Amino acid sequence: MTRLETVGEIEELARAQADRPASLIAQFGADEPLPLDAGVSLSPFQIAYMTYGELNADKSNAVLICHALTGDQHAASANPVTGKPGWWSLMVGPGRPIDTERYFVICPNVLGGCMGTTGPASIDPATGNPYGLDLPVITVRDMVQAQAMLIDRLGIDQVLCVIGGSMGGMQVLQWAASYPERVFAAVPIACAARHSSQNIAFHEVGRQAVMADPNWLGGKYAELGGSPRKGLAVARMAAHITYLSDEALHRKFGRQLQDRAKLAFGFDADFQVESYLRHQGMTFVDRFDANAYLYMTRAMDYFDLAKDYDGVLANAFAGTKTRFCIVSFTSDWLFPTSENRTIVHALNAAAANVSFVEIETDRGHDSFLLDEPEMFETVAGFLSAAARRKGIT
Amino acid sequence: MTTEMQRRADAAHPERIDLKVITGFVTPRARVLDIGCGDGALLQRLENEKEVDGRGIELSQKGVNEAVARGLSVVQGNADHDLATYPDNSFDFVILSQTLQATHNPRLVLEQLLRIGQKVVVSIPNFGNWRIRSQLVLKGRMPITQDLPYSWYDTPNIHFCTVRDFVTLVDEIDAKVEKAVALIGNGRVMNRAIRLPLWNLLADQAIFLLRR
Repeated sequence: MTRLETVGEIEELARAQADRPASLIAQFGADEPLPLDAGVSLSPFQIAYMTYGELNADKSNAVLICHALTGDQHAASANPVTGKPGWWSLMVGPGRPIDTERYFVICPNVLGGCMGTTGPASIDPATGNPYGLDLPVITVRDMVQAQAMLIDRLGIDQVLCVIGGSMGGMQVLQWAASYPERVFAAVPIACAARHSSQNIAFHEVGRQAVMADPNWLGGKYAELGGSPRKGLAVARMAAHITYLSDEALHRKFGRQLQDRAKLAFGFDADFQVESYLRHQGMTFVDRFDANAYLYMTRAMDYFDLAKDYDGVLANAFAGTKTRFCIVSFTSDWLFPTSENRTIVHALNAAAANVSFVEIETDRGHDSFLLDEPEMFETVAGFLSAAARRKGIT
Repeated sequence: MTTEMQRRADAAHPERIDLKVITGFVTPRARVLDIGCGDGALLQRLENEKEVDGRGIELSQKGVNEAVARGLSVVQGNADHDLATYPDNSFDFVILSQTLQATHNPRLVLEQLLRIGQKVVVSIPNFGNWRIRSQLVLKGRMPITQDLPYSWYDTPNIHFCTVRDFVTLVDEIDAKVEKAVALIGNGRVMNRAIRLPLWNLLADQAIFLLRR
């Protein structure tokens, strides 16, 4: 039997990314601290990011991509850890909806992540050890503030579009609320203006699974050796179910058995769906830091955009000139259409320019990462019209 | 020659003259909300010809997705439920084309339109038209026409009115008719001199420009 605490080759590769990512890095020294919602400043810190395409002469064609909970900056190029194509390579690239021959695409790893932007797996310069839980809790607003500093660094006043799904969508909404004059168009996909009680509950199950693993060691596993692979795998398995739908799972697996003709009357993976989930869990732990998972889920839990605007979501968008396109999926029960429609209604109340598309699919929340032609047409059409209005040829 | 070709083209597509009249009502660079905008044909026309800042609401998801993919700003929703979220006076023009008769509460919808828009364009099919009247009177059957092709049991049109009924409602809610145009079958605009009683008998549809 494999000893789970052994750090494998891929995991080794992933850990190296935390401080020395195979991407661009923007470093922010003592003169540019980041004041966090937690009440303390983070300094120094760094942002790992990728860019695709060329920034035009008047720096008006930038598209900022915000990634989801377990995503990273490698949206459109091979992931240096897994070797797999970028997580949004169907959406971003030459001739794709976010056309890199037309737009300058920026995709940063979020603050608190584990792919090179400062996060719990990064080395704390004060101790020489990974931050672990000594890193303050990060919020979606902190992530966006850090991204704004990156956009400043790149000399861009206003981005043509900020786009992202799920936690990425939350960042898009935060961008539009915090920096309305810097966002010409915004595409929040499959998200919500606040994390629901049910979603917080799912995240708590995941965090408890990680923290219950004896190898978690109070978050100090990186310096003491090993990692809470089992706990993180269970967290991922539970979360993964919420990204799919009953219908899609049934279509894909039904009650089919895994490599056997009949039930084994034991607790091995009898069913294909069990085997699939175990695989999802195990491949995830190779590439993702357990503490970063705690920080990411917490950031989403804390997200409640209206809270900063007297509890009225429309106030977050008062007077906005940003053009919005909200996208939801019929079978997404994690961020259902009703949550997305709440955002639409708030934008209507703020007399904002808003489009809202609900796409019919049985593939659940994960649809935003998949081959959904109607989503591609929507994004391509919306982005193209925005570019036209901003005078980009 | 061109006019004759245009007339024929319009006659072949009666809906186009409807859009043409509405487009004529809208002032350049206005903020426009088109309710029941379908795939966005009118919005597109208004953006092209009048450079409006246009938005749409459409019930069918297919229509919405097509319109957004064409670069128009459209949300899925319906006139009965989704107007309440818009602030007062948020648009220069609010357009409700051939949709009022399909709403659950036309009076409330009309009041909402007048609250949201400085001016309101409403087009209605005229149930007072003589062909419709004769089907009911002579045949004793619920009318089915080219423009209103549904049977009584499957029609989405649940609140029909005549031109006269509509004008009465406008009076009741203290709104003013600023302009009105009646269209007959093949899409011809009726002579403006002809007055309401004749419109009520001859018009297939009427288009009103209203204000508070």
